[in-house]
Amino acid sequence: MHELVEDMRLKFSNRILDEMADAAELRVDAERLAFSTDSYVVKPLFFPGGDIGKLAVCGTVNDISMKGARPLYLSLAFILEEGLEFSVLGRVASSIKQAAREANVKVVTGDIKVVEQGACDGMFINTSGIGVIEKGKGVGVKPKSGDLVLINGGIAEHGMAILNAREDLGFKPPIKSDCANVNFEAQKCLKASEKISVMRDPTRGGLATTLNEIARSSNIGIEISEKDIPVKPAVGKLCDVLGFDPLYVANEGKFVCFVSEEDASRVKKAMGPGARLIGRTTTRHKGEVRLRTRIGSTRILPMLESDQLPRIC
Amino acid sequence: MSPEYISIMKTIKLMEVCGTHTMAIARSGIKKLLPKEVELISGPGCPVCVTSQEDIDKALKIAGEENVIMTTFGDMMRVPGSSGSLDRMKTEGADVRVVYSSADALEIAEKNPSKRVVFMGVGFETTSPTVAATIIEAKKRGVKNFFVLSGFKVIFPALEAIAGSKELKVNGFICPGHVSVITGSAPYEPVVKKYVIPCVITGFEDNDIIKGVTRLVRQIKRGYACVEVEYKRAVKRSGNAKAKKLIKKVFEQADSVWRGIGKIERSGLKIKKKYEDLDAEKEFNVKVKKSVLPKGCVCGKVLQGIKTPRECKLFGKKCTPRHPVGPCMVSSEGTCAAYFRYGS
Repeated sequence: MHELVEDMRLKFSNRILDEMADAAELRVDAERLAFSTDSYVVKPLFFPGGDIGKLAVCGTVNDISMKGARPLYLSLAFILEEGLEFSVLGRVASSIKQAAREANVKVVTGDIKVVEQGACDGMFINTSGIGVIEKGKGVGVKPKSGDLVLINGGIAEHGMAILNAREDLGFKPPIKSDCANVNFEAQKCLKASEKISVMRDPTRGGLATTLNEIARSSNIGIEISEKDIPVKPAVGKLCDVLGFDPLYVANEGKFVCFVSEEDASRVKKAMGPGARLIGRTTTRHKGEVRLRTRIGSTRILPMLESDQLPRIC
Repeated sequence: MSPEYISIMKTIKLMEVCGTHTMAIARSGIKKLLPKEVELISGPGCPVCVTSQEDIDKALKIAGEENVIMTTFGDMMRVPGSSGSLDRMKTEGADVRVVYSSADALEIAEKNPSKRVVFMGVGFETTSPTVAATIIEAKKRGVKNFFVLSGFKVIFPALEAIAGSKELKVNGFICPGHVSVITGSAPYEPVVKKYVIPCVITGFEDNDIIKGVTRLVRQIKRGYACVEVEYKRAVKRSGNAKAKKLIKKVFEQADSVWRGIGKIERSGLKIKKKYEDLDAEKEFNVKVKKSVLPKGCVCGKVLQGIKTPRECKLFGKKCTPRHPVGPCMVSSEGTCAAYFRYGS
């Protein structure tokens, strides 16, 4: 075990981690910090577009970024199933290192535990992260009435990639997860506008779940337009075949931005070429999300009641 | 829809008999755009919803036996039987697994030779051919521990029962697209001829449904009835010969109980004698009591289009997707689930 810990230290070596103290000492020049934690239990460990390691970095980096913070440091804790091949751990660790480098964050503390066979699916990872919120750059949790809703790209890619890989559905070409850090895009948005009220990344439960959470907690109405929501054709087709609604399928490299109408165009540009305007907030139907369907009707877009299941026929 | 169709002199009821249509119609919001004279109602098209309580209870009993792995489509996990569900049995230690196809269940059987692996088969003509193929393959490979509990149904007897109903006057049927890919459009012709009710076989995109409804309204307005295929890109008059042959090789039609509706003659599929060693009914010989539907549950009336979910006293109160009383609420293609999720 000592050798394993030392291998990890060498892999992620930096001044803070190399102290190998019981806690990482951080010097942060900021009035406000953002702090987030998440655990990653994805199966399979490796999938088109990423792996559990990349996910563990991007997930926490993105959560911190959604508060308007610049992520700086991560903790990294592994729970490994006895018998897991070293090569698998090595691949995952390399993936973490690359994702952390791309996000410009450092792994400064960590832990490794080994559990008996069958107690976990190969590997579980927890990452916690800290980021600094620069003065005047924080993002709240309640959108304003009249805000426009933007998203940075196509939905449902991660969830369908995992499903295709896990269940060996054989859908070709394989769907790629959109797993990616969005911290730089988020920072660009904040630079483009001071009128961003909310940023959120719609992970598990999909876009519909995230919008419902925002609507409910803010007591505001949200209207989105089905035809404006980007979905890659292959992803849409697989959802169709299985009877899944892409609005409820997980994403891992997407975020939504609620911003005032006058700044929406600038923020959309900052989000990247895949960004789309998908809706707006309203004082009507407070606490609810409504969808304008492709044929011009409207309906409620409810919270997901239970996991989606493939249709029978 | 052009103005000529809007000036209809009477209210007409168009029924869809496919769970995928139920959801597609609810998701598209088309009902709000139709003239008030055109009413879309849901029929017994959700295979999970029409599976009888007795069939669920048989599956629960089998799942509770020693050394049994019960496999099923995900939708069936939470459907309530007389006492519990497969999902509850799983939490209590029974080996119940969700599979995407019967072929997955056969694979589980081959990997677990000391267990009896049962696949709970529900569905209409869309699904039964693949299970027939799995049964043939299992026999060919000499797999002795694989069984199928057949809850398969055939849509046409139910269609006739609805068409001939005195309680509900249906003016047109939006016919199931995927079932018709297998059966073809020909089997609808006797129903249309006997009951003079138009049938339009419709696809599942928004445009398909709009076209399907438009064609039905056109027929009704012009006073004739025939079978039309809107879903031309997938449905032929003759259907899929290979799939039909598979069904015929393995199954025979038998009387079947439809949840909340009762027995409909020759509306179910029973495994033929040639393959009876893969028939879970023969292997386990489970006997279950005649079921009593939960008090207040009107799934049966909903399935026949006689009541809407909102007319059920339990809807949205005691019966929700999280705590379903009847199958129409728990199935991802159930009418009550559609109403709850998308509003009426």
